[in-house]
Amino acid sequence: MATISAAPTPATVPVAIPLRQILPWAAFGAVLAVVLLYFVGTEQGITSVVSGETVHEFVHDGRHLLGFPCH
Amino acid sequence: MLSARTLLIRGMVVGAIAGVVAYLFATLFGEGPISDAIAFEEAHAAALPAGEHEHEVVSRTVQSTIGLATASIIYGIALGGLYGIAVAIAAGRVGRLSARATAGLVALGGFVGVALVPFLKYPANPPATGNPDTLQQRTGLYFLMIVIGVAAVLGAVLVGRSLQPRLGTWNASTVALVGAAVLVGAILYVLPAVNEVPDGFSPILLWRFRLASLGTQAVTWATLGLLFGYLTERSQRRQPVPAVQPVAA
Repeated sequence: MATISAAPTPATVPVAIPLRQILPWAAFGAVLAVVLLYFVGTEQGITSVVSGETVHEFVHDGRHLLGFPCH
Repeated sequence: MLSARTLLIRGMVVGAIAGVVAYLFATLFGEGPISDAIAFEEAHAAALPAGEHEHEVVSRTVQSTIGLATASIIYGIALGGLYGIAVAIAAGRVGRLSARATAGLVALGGFVGVALVPFLKYPANPPATGNPDTLQQRTGLYFLMIVIGVAAVLGAVLVGRSLQPRLGTWNASTVALVGAAVLVGAILYVLPAVNEVPDGFSPILLWRFRLASLGTQAVTWATLGLLFGYLTERSQRRQPVPAVQPVAA
């Protein structure tokens, strides 16, 4: 929670990062995140990249507790 | 000067730590209900012929320890990376907030959009309470709900920001948040309900499991927001006033 003060010091407000600089990192991060989330959340549910049940069963408890629909 | 690269990496590192914290929370509060639900599932499953055991691909011990830890940490890393990017975009663009306050606010928004809003309509279900035949529909609805939640949070921020010059910060935030809440409420009302909890399943067990699930999400996002904010503020203090901005590659 930010400290409430009558005159916030301007120095604490960060300079916005230009969107053009964020874009490549955003694209990279988003692709990586989607792949990771797919394997934790839905692999061997309605779609399978790896055959069998091993991935699903391995992350089973996490999948339930993190709220992903599961069998 | 903040950089997108630093924030992405910091997000993923803090996300891994958030995953560890979530794992500890889930072990403490979530594993009990999961075991009880599996016991219910087994008690109500068709009995196997004498001497036969259900084929177990991964043992319960592995599922509840390494499996749960892996899932929480990978989930944390993925979420943390996206969160770091969100902070990179929000810093300096939402009000006159410090980087640390922005980090906290983005985490709060993330929790509401990614976890709380979907939870209100399609809460987490323990083992034994889902019908495999409807998995496709449930998965689709769940991800749709995440999209709606994130869109509502983004929409509230954008509307609030555009109203701020005319209405002032408090009024603009109130109008934007109430508007988003009414819109999300209407969507929650319209979308089809999913309730496949079988008869005889303990309502107390269901409540304990869902609370543990929401708690796991809350712990993940709280760790992200607080630790990321702390580290960002600390790194800013280390390099007080950059004389010359390094040219980004």
